[in-house]
Amino acid sequence: MSKKIEIEKKVLSENDRIAAEIRKELKKRRIVSLNLVSSPGSGKTSLLEKTLAALKNEIRMALIAGDVQTENDANRLINAGGEAVRPIVTGGACHLDARMAEKAIASINLEGIELLFIENVGNLVCPSSYDLGEDMKVALISTTEGDDKPLKYPAMFRRASVIVINKIDLLGLSDFDMAKVKKNALQINGGLKIFEISCRTGDGLNEWYNWLRSLTGRQ
Amino acid sequence: MHELRIAESIVQSVLEEMARQNLHSIKTIGLRIGALSGVNIDSLRFGFESIVPETALAHARLQVEEVAVQGECRHCGKNFEVNEFIFVCPHCFSTDMAIKTGQELDLVYIEAE
Ligand SMILES: Nc1nc2c(ncn2[C@@H]2O[C@H](COP(=O)(O)OP(=O)(O)O)[C@@H](O)[C@H]2O)c(=O)[nH]1
Ligand SMILES: [Mg+2]
Ligand SMILES: [Zn+2]
Repeated sequence: MSKKIEIEKKVLSENDRIAAEIRKELKKRRIVSLNLVSSPGSGKTSLLEKTLAALKNEIRMALIAGDVQTENDANRLINAGGEAVRPIVTGGACHLDARMAEKAIASINLEGIELLFIENVGNLVCPSSYDLGEDMKVALISTTEGDDKPLKYPAMFRRASVIVINKIDLLGLSDFDMAKVKKNALQINGGLKIFEISCRTGDGLNEWYNWLRSLTGRQ
Repeated sequence: MHELRIAESIVQSVLEEMARQNLHSIKTIGLRIGALSGVNIDSLRFGFESIVPETALAHARLQVEEVAVQGECRHCGKNFEVNEFIFVCPHCFSTDMAIKTGQELDLVYIEAE
């Protein structure tokens, strides 16, 4: 005699519960939070280094750098002038989850912080399932990757609010087609805001900075 | 491969439920997985099979209901299926829509022997 028992529970309900708590706390403190996702090497840490150098005297930022094994990225952010920087070493896990984020956030003095960046582990698949309580996911793609990235990772590009196309200094060196990548991305998510930048030359970064200023109530 | 973590969460939830209901062996675990969940079903099965042999779920089978992506257009109000991840309303071509289904990652039921 077999017996069927209804459960009806979200597998990630515990993650979602913690993410909701984080969101509530950040909202209460009026902190805007951005979860940066990309494949390894697209330029997440580089973009944060540039952002710190340009805006650290203007916007008070906290930064969390997730990595599978090392604290290298966190150290780069400290060297770039980050005052509230925390590493999360996942010890093999291919994504950050809300519990890890909660722990890192709890170790930061949030008084006066206006903008929180979370650099996720380099991976466009796994982090898409985990809400960290952020306001927006920002997905980076670089021009050295395929322009079909959005089509390969629709779950991530659908959940992202913003895409940053980095390394435009290298356009023309590969067959990366800017128009095509934008079309592919907008087909998955017509509401995406798109930046085209180079962390090497600084091209396009002013638009990014201005957007961060507007997010934090400036201009 | 976050599917291994997902499999671990499923196993943990099922074991808790078994303890609550005083069950000893499970035949089927029913899941509902949306095409936009970010979970690969084959990887999930692989992850599940790699962790259950030593547990009370050693003979359990995953029964997966796959859910397609359904959108509701915020412009014309019509419902439609999103095919091949093209998120455009087929009626009015708006890209402004609510996702009605397709994001599920649910533990739906268990069936005891
Ligand atoms: N040519 C070029 N290289 C870049 C640019 N941005 C980052 N890089 C390089 O790309 C590599 C990976 O960048 P990193 O910020 O560590 O990527 P992350 O893994 O996403 O954090 C580094 O060697 C950077 O110097 C860019 O705009 N142009
Ligand atoms: Mg990095
Ligand atoms: Zn419509």
